[in-house]
Amino acid sequence: MLKDAYDVAVVGGGLVGVATAWGLAREGCRVVVLDEGDRAVRASRGNFALVWVQSKGYGLAPYAGWTVRSSEAWAGFAETLKQETGLDVCFQRPGGFHLALSEAELQARADALKRLHNQPGIVQYKAEILDHAAVKRMLPDIGPEVAGGSYCPLDGHVNSLRLFRTLHTALNARGVTYLPDHRVEAITREGGEFQLVTARGTITAGKVALAAGNANMRLAPMVGLEAPMLPERGQIVVTERLRPFLHHPVVTLRQTDEGTVMIGDSREESTDPRGLTIGVSATEASRAVRMFPLLASANVVRTWSAIRVMTQDGFPIYDQSESHPGAFTVCCHSGVTLAANHALTVAPMIARGALDASLVGPFSARRFHVQAAG
Amino acid sequence: MFKRLGDTGATLTLTVDGKPIRARIGDTVAAAMLAAGIDHCRTTPVSGAPRAPYCLMGVCFECLVTVDGVGSRQGCLVPVAEGMKVETQLGKREAGR
Amino acid sequence: MNESYDLVVIGGGPAGLAAASTAARAGLATVLFDENPGIGGQIYRGITANPVRNRAILGEEYWAGTALAAEAKASGATIVNGATVWSLDASLAVGVSVAGRARTIQARRVIVATGALERPFAIPGWTLPGVMTAGAAQTVLKAQGLLPNGRTVLAGSGPLLWLLAAQMLRAGARLEAVFDTTPPLNWSRAALYLPDFLLSPYFKKGLALMREVKRRTKVRAARHIEAVGTDKLREVVVDGRRIPSDLLLLHQGVVPNVNLAIAAGIDHRWDARQLCFVPVLDADFGSSVPGIAVAGDGAGIAGGTAAAERGRIAAIAAVRALAPDAAVPDPQSARQRLQREELGRAFLDELYRPPKALRRPEGGTIVCRCEEVTAAEVRKTAQMGCEGPNQMKAFLRCGMGPCQGRLCGLTVTELIAEERGRTPDEVGYYRLRPPVKPITLGELASLPASEAERRAVER
Ligand SMILES: Cc1cc2nc3c(=O)[nH]c(=O)nc-3n(C[C@H](O)[C@H](O)[C@H](O)COP(=O)(O)OP(=O)(O)OC[C@H]3O[C@@H](n4cnc5c(N)ncnc54)[C@H](O)[C@@H]3O)c2cc1C
Ligand code: FES
Repeated sequence: MLKDAYDVAVVGGGLVGVATAWGLAREGCRVVVLDEGDRAVRASRGNFALVWVQSKGYGLAPYAGWTVRSSEAWAGFAETLKQETGLDVCFQRPGGFHLALSEAELQARADALKRLHNQPGIVQYKAEILDHAAVKRMLPDIGPEVAGGSYCPLDGHVNSLRLFRTLHTALNARGVTYLPDHRVEAITREGGEFQLVTARGTITAGKVALAAGNANMRLAPMVGLEAPMLPERGQIVVTERLRPFLHHPVVTLRQTDEGTVMIGDSREESTDPRGLTIGVSATEASRAVRMFPLLASANVVRTWSAIRVMTQDGFPIYDQSESHPGAFTVCCHSGVTLAANHALTVAPMIARGALDASLVGPFSARRFHVQAAG
Repeated sequence: MFKRLGDTGATLTLTVDGKPIRARIGDTVAAAMLAAGIDHCRTTPVSGAPRAPYCLMGVCFECLVTVDGVGSRQGCLVPVAEGMKVETQLGKREAGR
Repeated sequence: MNESYDLVVIGGGPAGLAAASTAARAGLATVLFDENPGIGGQIYRGITANPVRNRAILGEEYWAGTALAAEAKASGATIVNGATVWSLDASLAVGVSVAGRARTIQARRVIVATGALERPFAIPGWTLPGVMTAGAAQTVLKAQGLLPNGRTVLAGSGPLLWLLAAQMLRAGARLEAVFDTTPPLNWSRAALYLPDFLLSPYFKKGLALMREVKRRTKVRAARHIEAVGTDKLREVVVDGRRIPSDLLLLHQGVVPNVNLAIAAGIDHRWDARQLCFVPVLDADFGSSVPGIAVAGDGAGIAGGTAAAERGRIAAIAAVRALAPDAAVPDPQSARQRLQREELGRAFLDELYRPPKALRRPEGGTIVCRCEEVTAAEVRKTAQMGCEGPNQMKAFLRCGMGPCQGRLCGLTVTELIAEERGRTPDEVGYYRLRPPVKPITLGELASLPASEAERRAVER
C-alpha cells in the first residue's frame, strides 16, 4: 500500500480502537490500526463484558445519557456485526443486579442511586431497590446472606472476547490494515498529514484517532491533547463451564453464554498485570459463594488480572485537537458498554472531521482545568 | 480395552452410573473404568463429543467424572474406594453438583 | 503439615525425591508435595505399591526407583501425596490443596520438580475414546498392572516408544502394528552427535530395546496417521492403509511441564533443539525468581537419572543458602554424573525430532482438546493478524479449558510462528496464572485475605 494511502490511523487495537476503526471503515475511510504485540496490557482481553447502565454518571450527569444511548444502540450493533461476520456476540439485555450482602450495603446502594438520579439534567430510567424476596423471585439461587439489591432493566452483557474477535474479523473483511507489534513512539504533523513513528517504520495518515487506553496519557500531548489517566488493576476469577443457572448478570458475577461463571471485580492500585493477589481472589470467591452458595463446589479454572483504562475522574474523554487539526482522542473505561457509541456515533464524527459538541462536548479533557480552577 | 496382568491384590466394588464394577485396591477411578471396559467417561461441554482418559497422569482433564456427587474430578488421580459412586459426566456440569 | 518449611519440593519423581532426601538429610525442614496417590513420578510410577510381580517386564531401570523412594522416606522429609500445588509466587508462598482443602505454605526455598508431559500429538481423530498416549498405557501398566487388550496400534517416535513397546511385549500384549514416525532425514543431522552418543549409557540400552522390539513385532516407517471413528476409535489409517483397531497409543517425545513455573513468573526460552519452552536456569538450576529452582525434566528433557542428579544439585544449593554450616555431599560428583547422562542427549533430540507435519496440524484437526478449536481456525486467525498465543486465546478460547494449555500450547505457538513467519521464541507462550490446577471456588473462598485485599473488592 502507498505510504500515504490512509485516511485515518487508529492507535490502539483494543475494543475502543477496533470499534472506532470499524465505524470509520463503514464511513468509507481507508483505515490503519496500529497495535502493540501479544504481551500488551490489553483490557479488552481482561474485562468483565457488561453492557451496564445502573450507577453510571454520578459526578458527570451527561455520562448517564451517553451510556443509555449506547445500551439502546447495542442490539442493532450486534445484529449488524452478525450479518457482516456470521459471528454472534451474544448480546443480551435481561436486566442486571447489584447485590448487597448486608443491610448496610443495601442502604449504601440505595443512597448511591438516589444521589445519582437527583442530579440536575440526568436522563431518567428505571432502577429500583429490591428486598431479598423480590430478588429471589428473579435469582432463585441466591443465598440467605443476600439482603437485597438494585435492579435495572437496561443492564445487559455480551461475550466480550467474541466481540473483540468479531470486530477484528469485520475489520479484516473490510480491508482495514491491522499492524500488530507497531507500538507508536512519536507522532508528528507535517504537510497536513500525521506521521506515526514505530520501531517497524513510519505510517502516514490524514487523521489520527488515539484509542491507546492508558497510553493515551503519553501520546495525546504529541498532538496538542491531553489524557490524564489513573490506571488500576482488576482481578477476575473464572469457573469451569456449568449448565445455565443464572439468567441475569450481577455487577460482580455473571454466567457467560459458554457456561463459565466470571467473578470480579477488584480495584487495586497496582499496575503490574502479571501480579495476582490471592487474598483478593479469595475475597471475590467468598462473596460469590455467599451470593450463590451452589457455586462453592464449582472448579476455578482460571484467574486473571488486567489493568483498567481509567481517566482521572473515571469518565470518558473525547476530544479533537485545536493545534493539530485531525487528531482525536477516544478514551474511556467502559469500552464494551460504549462500543456501540464508538462505532456508530463517534467514528462518523471523526470521519467528518469534527466532534459534535451537543453529544460529546461534556467529555472534553478541558473539564479537568475547569475543575482545577474551580 | 485393557485387561489385568494377574489377579493380584484385594478387590473392592464401586458403581459407575449405578452398575457395579470390580476394582483392585490401588486402582484410580480411571484405571478401574478402563479395566471394566467402559469406553468413555464423559461428553464434552462444547460439542457433546464422547471422551475417555488420554494421559492418565493428570494433565489432560479428559478423565473428568462425578465422584460421590462431586463433579469434574480427575478420575486418573482419585484412588478407588469401596462403595464409591462414579457417574459419567455429560456436557456441562450442573452447578451445585 | 506445618505452615512453613525451609524447603518445599513440588513433584515426587526422581528429581523431587532426590532433592527432598538431600535437603532433609542436611537438616532442612523439607516437605514434598505430589498430586499422585503415590511417589515415583512418571518413570517410577507406582514404585511403592507395584502390582507387577514379574520384575523383568518393567526392567531393572524401573526398579532402581525403589532405592530413591526408600531414601526419601528415610530422610526425614515430610511427603504428602494427593497434594496438588496450584499456585507459587515470588514471595515463595505455595498454594496447595489436599483432600479438598486449600492452604498456603510459606517456603524459604522452592524446588519445582514437576517433570515432563508427552508432546501434543494432534492428528485427525486424536480426541476419540480409544486413542491415548503411550505413556498413559505405561502408567496403568506400572501402577495398576493393566495391559492393552484387543487390537492395539502403537505409533510415533522417541526412546520411550521403544521402551513401552518392549515392556508391553514382555508382559504379553499383542501389538497389531508399531509405526515409527521418525523422519529418515533426521539420521543425517543426528550423526554429527553420534560420537558422544556412543559413549553415553543410552547407546547400549537403546540399541538393545530396539532389537528386542523388532525381534518380537514388525515395525514400519510411517508419515501420516489418522484415527477414525465416530463415537470411538474404529480404525487407524496410516499412509492410506486402514487398520481396524481398538486402541491407538501415540507418543512423540516428552516436553517440560511448564505451567507452574511460568505461573510463578520464571523466565522461559524456546529450546530450538528440543522444540519446547524451557526455564532459564543457572548452574544450580536456580531460576529467574530468587529462591525458586527447577530440577528434573521440567528444566529441559534429560531423563530420569539426570533428573535425580539435578534434584541433588538444586537441593545442595538450597542447603548452602539456608544452612551454610550443614554437611552436604560435594555437588561436583553429581555434576559429573549429570554430564555423563546428558552426553547422548543431542543425538537423541536430533534423531527423534518430530516431523513438522505431526507438530503443525492442518484443517479440521483439533488443536485444543478442551475447547475444541481446530488447526484451521488457529491458522486463519493468525493470518488475520493475530500475532501471539494470548491474543489467540482471547479470540478462540484455545488454552482456556481445564488443562490450561498443556495439550495445545506448543501447537498453537508453532502454528502462529509458521503463519506469521516468526520464530516460536518471538511468538512466545500462554501467560499462565494460578490456579495452575483447578481448585473449587469454596476452597479459594476459604483462604485468608488482608483488610486491604478485602477493601479492594467490597464496594
Ligand atoms: C507418561 C510418561 C512415561 C514415561 N516413562 C518413562 C520410562 O518408562 N522410563 C524413562 O526412562 N523415562 C520415562 N519418562 C520420562 C521420565 O518421566 C522423566 O525423564 C523423569 O520422570 C523425570 O523426572 P522428574 O522428577 O523430573 O519428573 P516426574 O517423574 O514427571 O515427576 C513429577 C511429579 O510432579 C507431580 N506434579 C506435577 N505438577 C504438580 C502439582 N502442580 N502439584 C503437585 N504435584 C505435581 C507429578 O504428579 C509427578 O509425580 C516418561 C515420561 C512420561 C511423561
Ligand atoms: S487422563 Fe489425563 S488428566 Fe486424567
